[in-house]
Amino acid sequence: MYEFEFKRPGSVAEAVAALGSEEAQILGGGQTLLPTMKQRLAAPAVLVSLGGIGEIKGVCTDDAGRVCVGGGTPHAVVAVETADSYPALSHLAGHIGDPAVRNRGTIGGSLANNDPAACYPAAVLGSGATVVTNNREIAADDFFDGMFTTALEDGEIITEVKFPVPQAANYQKFLQPASRFALTGVFVAKFADGVRVAVTGASEEGVHRWTAAEEALSANFSPDAIDGLSVSADGMISDMHGSAAYRANLVKVLTKRAVAAAS
Amino acid sequence: MPKDHGIGASSKRREDVRFLTGNGNYTDDINVAGQAYVHFLRSDVAHGRLTKVDTSAAAEMPGVIRVFTGADFEGVGGLPCGWQVTDKHGNPMQEPAHPVLAQGKVRHVGDPIAAIVAETPAQARNAAEAIEIDIEDLPAVIDMKAALQEGAPKVHDDLDNNLCYDWGFVEENKGAVDEAFSKAAHVTTLELVNQRLVANPMEPRVAVGDFNRSTGDSTLYTTSQNPHVIRLLMGAFVLGIPEHKLRVVAPDVGGGFGSKIFHYAEEAFCTFAAKALARPVKWTSSRSEAFISDAHGRDHVTKIELALDADNNFTALRTETYANMGAYLSTFAPSVPTWLHGTLMAGNYKTPLIYVNVKAVFTNTVPVDAYRGAGRPEATYQLERVVDKAARELGVDPIALRRQNFITEFPYATPVAVEYDTGDYNATMDKLLEMVDRDGFDARAAESAKSGKLRGFGVNTYIEACGIAPSALVGQLGARAGLYESATVRVNATGGLVVMTGSHSHGQGHETAFPQVVADMIGIPEDMVEVVHGDTANTPMGMGTYGSRSLAVGGSAIVRATEKIINKAKKIAAHLMEASEGDIELKDGQFTVAGTDKSVAWGDVTLAAYVPHNYPLEELEPGLEETAFYDPANFTYPAGAYACEVEVDPDTGKVEICSFAAADDFGNVVNPMIVEGQVHGGLAQGIGQALLEGAVYDSDGQLLTASYMDYAMPRADDVPSFQVDHSCSTPCTHNPLGVKGCGEAGAIGSPPAVVNAVVDALNRGGHNVTHIDMPLSPSRVWSAMNG
Repeated sequence: MYEFEFKRPGSVAEAVAALGSEEAQILGGGQTLLPTMKQRLAAPAVLVSLGGIGEIKGVCTDDAGRVCVGGGTPHAVVAVETADSYPALSHLAGHIGDPAVRNRGTIGGSLANNDPAACYPAAVLGSGATVVTNNREIAADDFFDGMFTTALEDGEIITEVKFPVPQAANYQKFLQPASRFALTGVFVAKFADGVRVAVTGASEEGVHRWTAAEEALSANFSPDAIDGLSVSADGMISDMHGSAAYRANLVKVLTKRAVAAAS
Repeated sequence: MPKDHGIGASSKRREDVRFLTGNGNYTDDINVAGQAYVHFLRSDVAHGRLTKVDTSAAAEMPGVIRVFTGADFEGVGGLPCGWQVTDKHGNPMQEPAHPVLAQGKVRHVGDPIAAIVAETPAQARNAAEAIEIDIEDLPAVIDMKAALQEGAPKVHDDLDNNLCYDWGFVEENKGAVDEAFSKAAHVTTLELVNQRLVANPMEPRVAVGDFNRSTGDSTLYTTSQNPHVIRLLMGAFVLGIPEHKLRVVAPDVGGGFGSKIFHYAEEAFCTFAAKALARPVKWTSSRSEAFISDAHGRDHVTKIELALDADNNFTALRTETYANMGAYLSTFAPSVPTWLHGTLMAGNYKTPLIYVNVKAVFTNTVPVDAYRGAGRPEATYQLERVVDKAARELGVDPIALRRQNFITEFPYATPVAVEYDTGDYNATMDKLLEMVDRDGFDARAAESAKSGKLRGFGVNTYIEACGIAPSALVGQLGARAGLYESATVRVNATGGLVVMTGSHSHGQGHETAFPQVVADMIGIPEDMVEVVHGDTANTPMGMGTYGSRSLAVGGSAIVRATEKIINKAKKIAAHLMEASEGDIELKDGQFTVAGTDKSVAWGDVTLAAYVPHNYPLEELEPGLEETAFYDPANFTYPAGAYACEVEVDPDTGKVEICSFAAADDFGNVVNPMIVEGQVHGGLAQGIGQALLEGAVYDSDGQLLTASYMDYAMPRADDVPSFQVDHSCSTPCTHNPLGVKGCGEAGAIGSPPAVVNAVVDALNRGGHNVTHIDMPLSPSRVWSAMNG
């Protein structure tokens, strides 16, 4: 790790100001950034921790019934706080990494990083959530922009994520054997006006919606609705842990299982 | 009633108190006043010519004391290889130089190019980035068969080619074996890979070199399974320091699995640099560094053929194996695919004719050497897979086929040069079947089917050669070392004992088990006996811990030394009781005279030895301290039968191990709890190999599995609650304890059981799959099922 200046502002406004300096970098829970810095693959001159900002931590429900999670809320808190209000989200948060990861890693950090094998992007896209930053609101469909890329501007801070609560939802994660990230994960959410299906871990484009499955499931919310569909291996990730064809298979298998579990 | 002390008791591991409370003293806990820190700059390419190594800017960096390169080691020996294999033509293997720091070329990712010694680790690392290096990339040879092609790039320019040796065993039998195949009623052939593994002990390697300017003595603190071996190899072959001026200390060692047997460049460097700089020099490996600098294990590519007659008797076995040596010969690398592998190819079977061919190959990869089981897992895996395949092809019960071919009479001289002293393979198979409820399998399979899963049952046997090893025999086989073990037993005046052993625990529980033996022999409490190990300054020259040898060989040396103690103590007791020495008996710590009520306590005798006021000084020296060296007459041959039941999810290819049972014959057992723990650990490691682990290189020689993000270690929820049994005991006939060793069995015996079970599950599910190479990851299993 190279030397850096460490700042721990107490408010979003102070954080924004701190991020104005040269080569400044936001530090969320540090689950990706810190290992990268230890390997000397990242070398920010100024590290601006969001850990001291109380206003972006915690979970509440807004007037529209949405579950609102502060951007600096660790996974372990989300798992506990949403257990009744949004069980599928709670279960997803409670199964990210291990306890150490869940107590340090934050939803905002995970979304801003947009690792193609991360769990949270599937929940946000699958729920049609809204990502709130220090200066705007971004619909999930506009937020994710391919592996490790999002609509966030430099220095833009995720302050909150607002989740509409579906009638039924479930997340199925198939573990990569070594890292236990999602080799493929599928989040299915059934709303009054239709079904959303978000897939993580599988595509070279990062998290994405499986629209054919959404249409089929909107008409018939049962595992059988998936049977006639096929998933193309084109554009799927292929590595030592699974070929593109294998991941394409997992997308279908996990979608059916998610529907079965949610039904 | 289970015993509550002494041999056979499950005494709690006394060392665990400090390990579990964070009070262990590991090498990284050792900090010598004034120490500096070294960072190794390692090659990031697999093969290249060093055209420029400019350290001038680095040398000026803050805190830098000195930057070393290969040029600094030109007058120093290279890292030696401890075993010379003779090829099938009678010629010695090709043995390349192994410099401490790269000279001229780099040969694998991780090959150290320069070493920066600085005041802090961060300063050393910063300076490494200021070293200017130009490497002319050379094509890397990664695939073993490609490495042997005519015109393949050579890993070592001064060798004829990339072939270390082409070994035939037993070469004289080849014609007869081939003839038996030509007459066989059935031949089963299997091609398989025993994949490369990374040892991954919990404690990464550490070395601290120290030099005393006033005495000229060097000290190396290191993470080693065998400090005396390191002292001999490094002192005599690398740095030219005689043993009396070199002390090697290996304090608590946090696992090794073989990877801490070998002498590594970093140890030689720290010792060398400490003297050159007159400052202690410390190196602590990062986990990332361990992946590219610790010796790897396994990495065999094998074709095995089994010939059977019309009655399904095994008539001949023929194997052809390519064994990866990596870029250099690690300390014992050449012995692993030969004498620890070829000699075990008979397994538990009376196959009369066997021919083993092994081609050892240099590639641009991390050196490969012994890893838990070392050659014996490779032998067991291929043999037990081909026997299972034969049973499937012949439509016979795999257990019946095994039983039919079991060796049943002992001693048994195999056609591959070893003699099994004792065993009972039907007994362990019978015990295994008691444990597993095979009759209930169909009902369990039906239950699995209800949830869409395929259930399978796999079984195998294994044998290993442990208690390594008879020195004269291994000398004939090319070992450049003896493989005896040593012990000094020192009795103190008030009766307590210290056992100084050449064995060295890296997790095996020696501090508990060895006192059980000594206390049992004398009849005193175990806590009167303390073990000292891991320091060449206060233990007799010993060969260390590997090859399941510590109790069988090291324990035997302790028995011999304790016998000497008891014999002398009886002489003293006879004098004290004015009786004849021949009438003295020792029981429960009391010396008595047969047929009388006279007695003296152990403590009375030990006090007399050191306060010899009433003592036969004209006949006997005072004091009570004895040393013994024990060289075994033969290997020991632990054996057993293992069974695994799995469920396969056909949708995803995910394998779940439902149950795993191990029936082992370890001969006599000193501490059943420790034995069970050893088997549990071995099983977890074997299951790790079967389902999860595997080091993968790309064609450029980059290690793709260079961290836990991609190298899958077994976790607690990957393994079931094991059923283990060691009640079938045929004690070893040639060591005084009758013990065989248990450290490697689990890792040797478990991979074929798992793979046999998965293949069984797929076939029961209607998939005509004959083999899947390890690790049986979900994607590999799914791919096998889906063409």
